[in-house]
Amino acid sequence: MTDQIIWTAITPVENIPPREGRAVNAGSQEIAIFNIGGRYLTIENKCPHKGGPLCDGIVSGTSVVCPLHARRFDLETGMAVRATEPACVATYPTKVEGGVIYVDLAGARKAYEDAAA
Amino acid sequence: MSEQMDQTLDQSRGRTQQLVLVGNGMAGVSCVEQILKQPHDFDITIFGDETHVNYNRILLSLVLAGEKSPEEIVINDIEWYQNNSIRARLGVKIARIDRENRRVIDEDGGVTEYDKLILATGSSAFIPPIPGVEKKNVHVFRTRDDTRALLEKARPGLKAVVIGGGLLGLEAARGLQVRGCDVTVVHLMETLMDRQLDATGGEYLKRKIESLGIKVMLPQQTAALFGNGRVDGLRFASGEELEADLVVLAAGIRPNTDLAKQAGLDTRRGIIVNDYMETSDPHIFAVGECTEHRGQTFGLVAPLFEQGRVLASTLNGTRTQTFEGASPSTKLKIMGVDIFSAGSIHAGQPGVEEVKYEDPSLGVYKKLLIKDNQLQGVILVGDIEDEHQYLDWMRGGTDLTPHRRTILFPPRDADPGLEVAAMPDSETICGCNGVRKGDIVQAIHKHGITTLAGLKERTRASTSCGTCTGLCEKLLRAVTPNFQEETRTTMCACVPFSYEQLRDIIKGQKLKSVEEVLTVYGNRKGCEVCKPALSYMLDMLWCGDHEEDRSARFINDRVHANIQKDGTFSVIPRMRGGVTTPDELRRIADVADKYNVPMVKVTGSQRIDLLGIKKADLPSVWKDLGMPSGQAYTKGVRMVKTCVGTQFCRFGVQDSTSAGIELERRLENLFTPHKYKMGVVGCPRNCAEATVKDLGLIGQEGSWQVVVGGAAGKSVRKADLLITVETTEQALEASDLFFQYYRENANYLERTYDFVERLGIEKIRKDTVYAPDAEKRDLLERLARSKKLSKDAWTEGENPVNPTQFVQIEPLQNPAMRIEASV
Ligand code: SRM
Ligand SMILES: Cc1cc2nc3c(=O)[nH]c(=O)nc-3n(C[C@H](O)[C@H](O)[C@H](O)COP(=O)(O)OP(=O)(O)OC[C@H]3O[C@@H](n4cnc5c(N)ncnc54)[C@H](O)[C@@H]3O)c2cc1C
Ligand code: SF4
Ligand code: FES
Repeated sequence: MTDQIIWTAITPVENIPPREGRAVNAGSQEIAIFNIGGRYLTIENKCPHKGGPLCDGIVSGTSVVCPLHARRFDLETGMAVRATEPACVATYPTKVEGGVIYVDLAGARKAYEDAAA
Repeated sequence: MSEQMDQTLDQSRGRTQQLVLVGNGMAGVSCVEQILKQPHDFDITIFGDETHVNYNRILLSLVLAGEKSPEEIVINDIEWYQNNSIRARLGVKIARIDRENRRVIDEDGGVTEYDKLILATGSSAFIPPIPGVEKKNVHVFRTRDDTRALLEKARPGLKAVVIGGGLLGLEAARGLQVRGCDVTVVHLMETLMDRQLDATGGEYLKRKIESLGIKVMLPQQTAALFGNGRVDGLRFASGEELEADLVVLAAGIRPNTDLAKQAGLDTRRGIIVNDYMETSDPHIFAVGECTEHRGQTFGLVAPLFEQGRVLASTLNGTRTQTFEGASPSTKLKIMGVDIFSAGSIHAGQPGVEEVKYEDPSLGVYKKLLIKDNQLQGVILVGDIEDEHQYLDWMRGGTDLTPHRRTILFPPRDADPGLEVAAMPDSETICGCNGVRKGDIVQAIHKHGITTLAGLKERTRASTSCGTCTGLCEKLLRAVTPNFQEETRTTMCACVPFSYEQLRDIIKGQKLKSVEEVLTVYGNRKGCEVCKPALSYMLDMLWCGDHEEDRSARFINDRVHANIQKDGTFSVIPRMRGGVTTPDELRRIADVADKYNVPMVKVTGSQRIDLLGIKKADLPSVWKDLGMPSGQAYTKGVRMVKTCVGTQFCRFGVQDSTSAGIELERRLENLFTPHKYKMGVVGCPRNCAEATVKDLGLIGQEGSWQVVVGGAAGKSVRKADLLITVETTEQALEASDLFFQYYRENANYLERTYDFVERLGIEKIRKDTVYAPDAEKRDLLERLARSKKLSKDAWTEGENPVNPTQFVQIEPLQNPAMRIEASV
């Protein structure tokens, strides 16, 4: 365990239009970055239901609706919203500097596992 | 004496006491309702100087804003009076009380005796002593007639000024603005709704109100209204002036105490009542806004309903209930402007702590005032979901120690059933009607209620301002095993209006983007249900001349292909009438090879599907195909299936292939409420299944039958005959008429088979093919305008709407990384 954060430069902010998400190839993982009105939030791009590409979902406030079967996830916590059983996707620390989005790719966090731990 | 005996025997329930109610408003009539619930011996007369039956005054705001009709806000109709043997004297004003002889005298001199008299005269709009308030076009907003007068004046572009920035003023402003008026709110204080909000909350509210397009001037004291007979404007104490065609005074209310004062009852600001709602005369009682109780007067209904309950118990002799006053809670009824305030909210008292949260970009502000670990007051702006929790804590005097860590965001249960289950029975669900959770649960069990409508009828919950509807539904769902959801009349919870209302609103307000609609009429967020529906509605209403917002579209409509279970896409090029060429087939084959397409399939719609294409490959696949989009992914014109007709078939009597190709050309690239599929056949053998399509043309010797509303998908339905015409051109025109009519009048996701059934083919015929020429021309013209602005979506392959429309982003190489010590 190091106490360093490695911020990976992903893309200029203008590449993610307001209220949309985009998939990013990040080595072994695929992440989805969303622009929710000038704030950028990152989650893993894989719906826990049947692997739907969450980057393609419709954004509703600060949540996203999976395009395949409409499960909904909160982009800040990764938790499923209005679900009957707990489910979640990982979230990644994200920041903007000099008009570029940076993500801490090693910082994946799962709210539900955290809670369980 | 014996006569009286007879009368008593006659009337099985022996009604002998005369009960007279002056004031046919919310408080008085609700008290009568409570009296009627128990056995009683009253003969009841109600006087009301308004000519209307008892209606819900609160909802006048929604009538002004066009969200409800005047008929919809009636609480008790004339039959209710009749069924309960109540004499209703509507349009009759009581001029005087003769206490000595226990009678009331109306303005026409009519005399009515009473044993018990209830005064529920309410209050009147306060007319501030400003020179010029008597001028024409200066209005107040209190009654149905006031509302009608405002509605008659309001029209687009009219300059309206509302004096008073409290709840009533803001709701009046919003109502007028929805009608297209150019509205300014002028408020004397620094803060809007200063009785309910602090300076910060007021600032958030102001920003929100301004974002709706209403101007706000603060603090601004009106010195005079000028104009020659009719108001032309306002002059402020500062010397500034503001033009106005219409002025609404919403500067407060004054209890109607004249009657009581003249009769010599104890009055101060209101008619003085004790905890039993008795006045200083043992035969006279009072409830409602006209009262003053322990020095407090009232301006909201919840405590008035409570007063009514108490008075009923006083009058039926049980005297089991007392009125202890009330801590008011207020909610603004403007869609999208969420304000909640309760308790004492003004800081500065010793020992009161303030706990606050603010998020300017979300427009959320919360403030709790806590004393001795108990909640004294609460202000919520922008996010009022926890209002019930706070009210419950406040009313119950709950010790907040265990909740302190999460007090601004009390945890919610994931299962809504649990949340309502956890509520104590004493918690108030419907503040307007004072209905508690316990009342609702009891009513559900007792009457076997399974629908929201049933609940409304039995308990009155959720019949006033409507903000507790969601909670009532949750409760029903949790309590009753066979809860029946109502057929949904509104688009969704984000935009709680019907499709029809929304069409009017968007047209009337000239809203041109989904964001605008969501900001002004919705919850700002939107969801997967309303966003695509609104996108469609805007496109249809503005014939394509609007601000297209891709983020509001389902992914299929952002990349113009159909998403598949593995996140890849399918590509179906247009093949008009199902007719193709060797050249096209060769290109399709080449594409399939070049992109390793996992499956090439002939579809059920006479064309070819390339399945399993990656998003990033879509633009080049389209380019290589060199064919237009078949729109197989969208709610739009899919295809026209045809048969070979006279061109080859030995039975063909019409050239179905050419007609089908022409039909497809005319309508392709247009969006529809649901997918739209057509079929054209050359004879009634119907080889291309035209009778089970949204629209079909069936060739006959010398004529075409145009049929609509057919289906052979989830349901199977034989199409109805719209019209029989002689020429192909006439058949195409009839198709156009029906097509545009469906576009304009169907609800989003309503397929023609449901639409035709809902409206009935007769009505559709009358409104399309048999409509007056002018109407037909208009329909066709709107269709032509849409068509002109439509385009083949696949051209976006070369001109993407944004640089990453089809792209999977790769992280930047340079500068690659930054390392930071973590905190
Ligand atoms: C590809 C195709 C099947 C095939 O291999 O032939 C197909 C595939 C799908 N159909 Fe279909 N339908 C296809 C012809 C039909 C037909 C036959 C026809 O068009 O004559 C019907 C019956 C006619 C009708 O539309 O009613 C048909 C009735 C449906 C329905 C039921 C509609 C209804 O209201 O009854 C759905 C579901 C829906 O729309 O809600 C549906 C939905 C779907 C979807 C889009 C499901 C979805 O949302 O993902 C399927 C996409 C699969 C994919 O991954 O791409 N598909 N589907 C056909 C494409 C036609 C085309 O070229 O555009
Ligand atoms: C537009 C608007 C929006 C509102 N919104 C809300 C809200 O969201 N929440 C809330 O809690 N409250 C709201 N209120 C306030 C609420 O409507 C009142 O608190 C409530 O109606 C008071 O009831 P009442 O019976 O005391 O008076 P009223 O409903 O005013 O009834 C009194 C009746 O008595 C009649 N009357 C008076 N004198 C005589 C006489 N001498 N003879 C015969 N009849 C007479 C009057 O004409 C009137 O019809 C709103 C009010 C308005 C105008
Ligand atoms: S019938 Fe249509 S929706 Fe069902 S699996 Fe086949 S293609 Fe998909
Ligand atoms: S894969 Fe996301 S909801 Fe099914």
